[in-house]
Amino acid sequence: MNLTLATASRVLSQLRGDHRTVALIVGLPCLLIGLIAWMFNDRPEVLDQFGPMLVGLFPLTVMFLVTSVATLRERQSGTLERLMTTPIRKGDFVAGYGLAFATLALLQAFVVVGFALLVGMDVAGSLWLVVVVALLDAVLGCTLGLAASALARSEFQAVQMMPAIIFPQLITCGLLMPRDQMPEVLEWLSRAFPLTYAIEAMTSLAAGDEWADIRGAVGVIALFIVGAVVLGILTLRRRTP
Amino acid sequence: MVIRGLRVVRGGRPIIDGLELDVPAGSVVGLMGPSGSGKTTLMRAIVGVQDKVTGTVDVLDAAAGSPALRRRVGYMTQDASVYNDLTVVQNLRYFAALAGVPSPAKAVAAAVATVDLGGHEKQQVVTLSGGERSRVSLAAALVGGPELLVLDEPTVGLDPVLRRDLWAVFRRLAAEGRTLLVSSHVMDEAMQCDRLLLMRAGGLVADTTPDQLLATTGAPDAERAFLALIDAAAARAAAGAEAVTADAETQPTEETAR
Repeated sequence: MNLTLATASRVLSQLRGDHRTVALIVGLPCLLIGLIAWMFNDRPEVLDQFGPMLVGLFPLTVMFLVTSVATLRERQSGTLERLMTTPIRKGDFVAGYGLAFATLALLQAFVVVGFALLVGMDVAGSLWLVVVVALLDAVLGCTLGLAASALARSEFQAVQMMPAIIFPQLITCGLLMPRDQMPEVLEWLSRAFPLTYAIEAMTSLAAGDEWADIRGAVGVIALFIVGAVVLGILTLRRRTP
Repeated sequence: MVIRGLRVVRGGRPIIDGLELDVPAGSVVGLMGPSGSGKTTLMRAIVGVQDKVTGTVDVLDAAAGSPALRRRVGYMTQDASVYNDLTVVQNLRYFAALAGVPSPAKAVAAAVATVDLGGHEKQQVVTLSGGERSRVSLAAALVGGPELLVLDEPTVGLDPVLRRDLWAVFRRLAAEGRTLLVSSHVMDEAMQCDRLLLMRAGGLVADTTPDQLLATTGAPDAERAFLALIDAAAARAAAGAEAVTADAETQPTEETAR
């Protein structure tokens, strides 16, 4: 546990020194939501309906991209090899990264939801639940990115993890077409993807649902977060060729 | 350190095949040899990050890479493996925390002093020179106070004054009872080791001491002594290969004779 915290604090120190990355992580989702608010300026109901999904989706994507290079970066700088000779456990490494980026995700969730409200998003359901789900989505993005990162062996592979892992989920999550209108196999497939539940929870909140209606979806997201961490730990190798 | 029948496969071919080695505690052991001779692979096997290792590698009476050893072994990779976007002290504090050092601030200050980086504590590693960066990497291996230090070319790119100072540090650490395995290309550094291991093509060509090395080869300095040993080993290997071919050719004759 101590080594998890030491690793998280080391990663946060690295992030603190990199203002531009932090600005992009927090600012980029705001910019994208701003563009959509502007586009549908005369139809405010569009932002009310889709805003909550986007404050979940954009941070997830940004976090996935950032963390998907994390392990690769450690591997190529030789620091991962050195870490593997120290008492750090693979779980400390993955959880340390997860914790550091979850801290950043918390800041991101508040700023992004705040910005969405500022540009006119009206949430029918409870607002703090939107923040909670947005945070969970961002953490899900981090942990999926870390799992993908442990699988990638080169930069070329790492940058393709996003289209490989996020895009199929994006296509089937219900944003492009309601899931009950999809071919049955795709609908069935979408249930195996975590993004489906993230979008489902946000759609419910936009429609005015409360905690009791989304807790199933939130539970599934939490399970996927745990699963991604476990996958990240299992795919990390102490001994390398 | 006891190594028996070590075999390491990389990229489908054996890099080290059948290496045997004993290293007593409390000494500075130099690992010399041409590039590609397997020095780094051997070091990686000793610190337990090398895959596809067979045979026995026992370090400080435990199997190499076992969890209990990780607190007792310090490893410095060939390229400086520290976080470029952190300061010197942030790097060392992290590695001290990982090693579970009881008073980290003291250990960090001592490691900074040892590698002579005083005044650079708050500087980001990326802004340091190559030689300074490699000293941060060395300090990161020292900061946990390990009993065994495995240093892969720690003095490469350093000026003669720093090299001399670092070797004085290595001697001091050995005098404290620690064991150091140091690889190097600089042959005059070899003369400051207690023991010398010379590798060639994944095998051990010589396991000797500086004095013995000069005495057996009759060479005037370490550099020429090593060249003599390497050339002799290469000639033996070539002769061995020929002998094998010769055996294969004579085999049918033996069959007919029988």
